[in-house]
Amino acid sequence: MADVLMARRAPTEPSFAAAQWQRFGPIVTVLAIVLMLWYAAAVWLNAPQVIERVLSNQPGWGAADLMRLTWAMERPVLPAPHQIALDFYSSLVDWPVDSPRNLLFHTYVTASATLLGFVMGSVLGALLAVAIVHSRSLDRSLFPWVIASQTVPVLAIAPIIIVILGSMGLTGLFPKSIISAYLCFFPVTVALVKGLRSPGVLELELLHTYAASAPQAFWKLRVPASLPFLFPALRVGIAAGLVGAIVGELPTGAQAGLGARLLTGSYYGNTVQIWSALVMASLLGLALTGAVALAERWLTPGMKK
Amino acid sequence: MNLNEIGLAWLVPGLLLLLALAVWSVRRLAAFDAHSLVGDALGKYGTPLLFGAWVLLFWQLLTQAFDVPRVLLPAPSLIAQSLAAGWGVLAGDFVQTVLHSVLIGLVLGCGLGFATGVLIDRSPFLQRGLLPLAALASTVPLVGIAPIMVMWFGFDWHSKAAVVVLMTFFPMLVNTLAGLAEAGHMERDLMRSYGAGYWRTLFSLRIPVALPFVFNALKINSTLAMIGAIVAEFFGSPTAGLGFRISTEAARMNMGLVWAAIVVAALAGSLLYGVLGWVERRATFWHPSVRRG
Repeated sequence: MADVLMARRAPTEPSFAAAQWQRFGPIVTVLAIVLMLWYAAAVWLNAPQVIERVLSNQPGWGAADLMRLTWAMERPVLPAPHQIALDFYSSLVDWPVDSPRNLLFHTYVTASATLLGFVMGSVLGALLAVAIVHSRSLDRSLFPWVIASQTVPVLAIAPIIIVILGSMGLTGLFPKSIISAYLCFFPVTVALVKGLRSPGVLELELLHTYAASAPQAFWKLRVPASLPFLFPALRVGIAAGLVGAIVGELPTGAQAGLGARLLTGSYYGNTVQIWSALVMASLLGLALTGAVALAERWLTPGMKK
Repeated sequence: MNLNEIGLAWLVPGLLLLLALAVWSVRRLAAFDAHSLVGDALGKYGTPLLFGAWVLLFWQLLTQAFDVPRVLLPAPSLIAQSLAAGWGVLAGDFVQTVLHSVLIGLVLGCGLGFATGVLIDRSPFLQRGLLPLAALASTVPLVGIAPIMVMWFGFDWHSKAAVVVLMTFFPMLVNTLAGLAEAGHMERDLMRSYGAGYWRTLFSLRIPVALPFVFNALKINSTLAMIGAIVAEFFGSPTAGLGFRISTEAARMNMGLVWAAIVVAALAGSLLYGVLGWVERRATFWHPSVRRG
């Protein structure tokens, strides 16, 4: 969609520098504006506390003092971006990788739950889609429920799954990945049903004239035709699966994972820790969807819109 | 009815017989394809309803027959009892979560997203800067912002509404921009030849054309908003709210009420979606996907 907007307004044959500016200039500008607003907001939000605690007994303080102190608070209402960056960096390098104080350790826990859930959810979703495409009964009885369940806040069920599986003695990775799987499952099924049905009568009849068997028609026509529908769903699914894994770490007070990190941060009022966990979660989300996009480019060459 | 008294010897064949009956009846109804209006509706709506009813029946029978612990999976009858018994509590949760957090957050977030879309529609520069950010926001677990919002805006619904605003803003922005770009050159030129200015063109042509996109975003956002509000309540809330109810009662192993709260959340989500779909069909009656025949 962004490409469409850009293509529509791109001038003809710009120079290299102009082309780079066309491409990155707006993003850099917007990011710079966001950063400036952030620093301003940090001063504004942290000022009351700073004035009350430090500056009230230092007469004659100026704007420079206020800025310096609001951007370096221990537990700020809104940490300045460089504080987050510093905390992020120190939580990556100051401790060994297997220590619970290292952010990478938590990222690994959450990422493995997400990936396991993503694989389970996608496989199950794909199997169900194949069944629905081939059975009119399932299509008419089950598929409406699959669609309807997308309007339901499925994440609400997360605490139950954790508690149920916990009472069965299952803790750790598996319950969280069940939640991830559950969230990946629906988009994959819906998109794959659409995709497997996308070949027209013409294509199907062509294969029929080639005397192709049903499995051949399935693998050589329906599956390749469904890939452009499948990958956007996988991207949505893995992003939703990450949210599921993070939320799955909340209700039981898990010891490890980005969700646990968010929760402990909010218990102890450690805002900088929350923000760096958020940054890490965002990077993880980007990496996961990026990996799916990469797989899409590999598996569907020449299908670029 | 206690199925244990009937004995296992009768139970298994009985259940299998019932299963065969269920499969047969669903298949029969699914194959039903009369070319009348009633027959079509029967096949289309009757089949999923029948299927759902069978699932509920088997759920009930199996949980009773095999004495499935309540913690694991309560029978539908138990959930219905909890729903009836906890009606007052759940109504309070509904008001707190849906009427306050979700609706207010949804209106604010979508309103802001739409207004921003209309405003930056005139600036290609800002669009190219903001759209990658919006794409980024769709891959990022935005709901993680909840603990910070709870710190800023307190335990009450304000913090949940803030999370909902953040989650719903970007989908609405992206869809509004795509919708506003949808009006073709022919139509715009026609408006120009009528002497219509920017605002007249906006209100008479471009916003109506953008409506299918806007409703699409609204429907996506209604689900996102329910999720955001419920998950934000896991981080701290007053003693009401569906998310609060689910997490505290799950910790107390009171699974009947937990499932009842989930039923309420599911119904609220579907209702919100259904209402939006109904308004959409009214507002975009001219669109090919709505028009029939």
